[in-house]
Amino acid sequence: MRDVVIIGIGETEFGELWDRSLREIGIEAGLKAIQDAGVRGEDVEKMYIGNMSAGKLIDQEHVAPLIADYAGLSHIPSTRIESGGASGGMALSEAYKTVASGMNDIVVVGGAEKMTDVAEEEAKKILSSTADQEWETVFGATFDSLYAMMARYHMDEYGTTREQLAEVAVKNHSNASKNPSAQFPRETSKDFVMGAPPVSDPLGMFDCAPLSDGGAALVLCPAERADEFEGEPIEIVSMGEGGDTMAVHEREDIGTLKATKRAAKMAYERAGITSQDIDFAEVHDNFTITEIMAIEDLGFFEKGEGGPATEEGKTRLNDEISVNTSGGLKAKGRPVGAVGISQAIEAVQQLREDAGDRQVEDPEYGLTHNMGGTGSSAVVHIFRRWS
Amino acid sequence: MAIPRFWREIRQRYKGIGVECKNCGEIYFPPRDICPECRRESYKKMEDYELKGTGEVVTYTKVHEPHPEFKDLSPYVMAIIEMDEGVRLTGHLVDVDYEQVERGMKVEASMRKLGEESPEGLIYYGYKFWPLDTHGKD
Repeated sequence: MRDVVIIGIGETEFGELWDRSLREIGIEAGLKAIQDAGVRGEDVEKMYIGNMSAGKLIDQEHVAPLIADYAGLSHIPSTRIESGGASGGMALSEAYKTVASGMNDIVVVGGAEKMTDVAEEEAKKILSSTADQEWETVFGATFDSLYAMMARYHMDEYGTTREQLAEVAVKNHSNASKNPSAQFPRETSKDFVMGAPPVSDPLGMFDCAPLSDGGAALVLCPAERADEFEGEPIEIVSMGEGGDTMAVHEREDIGTLKATKRAAKMAYERAGITSQDIDFAEVHDNFTITEIMAIEDLGFFEKGEGGPATEEGKTRLNDEISVNTSGGLKAKGRPVGAVGISQAIEAVQQLREDAGDRQVEDPEYGLTHNMGGTGSSAVVHIFRRWS
Repeated sequence: MAIPRFWREIRQRYKGIGVECKNCGEIYFPPRDICPECRRESYKKMEDYELKGTGEVVTYTKVHEPHPEFKDLSPYVMAIIEMDEGVRLTGHLVDVDYEQVERGMKVEASMRKLGEESPEGLIYYGYKFWPLDTHGKD
């Protein structure tokens, strides 16, 4: 296996981009990444695109060659990777593997989603289809309600409180207020979060990430060739992937994200480090409860301590561990298939010490955690500066 | 959802028929062709097993933003129920005061209309849950 580095990053604005198509979004992100890396289009050997549901959202399957073609790269092989909300992270893991194995040298990996071409309730229904359609959704479960039931279980089992859930949103909005590329770069308050309209008890509107359009892209190459290009290289130290049951009800402990635990264990072992070595993490906060479970199951805090740790400020910028410095899915935005790539971009910006007002002090290791469905797939990457 | 997809699962959805692994004795619902514990040893040894229909609440929520086909019922209570046989299901919990719902609450299942795609469209039927010994007694 070869060492792999990221040499270029690029992303579009996240939000309601009604005037732009998926192919335009994909191309903008990809071109920015290629320019940042200082590679030429003809250097690119392979492209991966993370995308959850273009077939349902824009009635277009096979979007990888579509984006490659309109980027002027119709001659290169390109593949779409789908793993629900983890599509972007899983695309990155495929790109990492192809470069690490020696199969390819210069690889572009992107993620893109166009979620606002359909009505919001339709987009939410499509998102729910990443849960078990035949044994959860058809009985009346929404995506929100499945996470709400995890939240209720976590509250009953571990004593997590409604206030602690709200603190996740408050922190992530505070981080986003320092991130010029966030969709919602605004502070919010605990009272505002708790007073928002109910979605699925105990979760309200401000416990849920938005549905966004947007794209993000990276350029990867073997570390041994990093000197040939302009972009400051950041190493992908390791990757781990995990799985769990498709339906929430099949899990013995509904308050634990087993796929995440499995992915993290694999990533830490491969990197030869522990959770305590991580300085900052981008975790999959599609709901506030998910961040609380994730910071426990990634090993940053003991089980049941995620809520209190959040409330005590231990996950704030430059406290014990900086979590979701970008603003997370909650406030940076959630173009589903692009999320895993967008998280990696934050890791690169932090490790390049290019994160402005939200800069983590002297970071050594950063981690990204991307999850699909209700946690039935998960992928973790660990990054550090290349030297 | 396509009609064949519903038709295939009528026995499970209407009657609560799961499977028992004749290799290890574990009960599964919804049915599986292979026991996740025994895997190949269980293939062709999974036999029908009808759930008694009683169980208790594991976790629950009140849905305020349903999918369109459930709008008429909104807001409604969803729960994950652990059946007496040990399997868990997701379903509506009806005829309850949400404030009274808690982990461990005893419930029983019955077949009811779940929702419909449109006035002329497919009607979904399946199991729902009631507090134990209350349904049909109002």
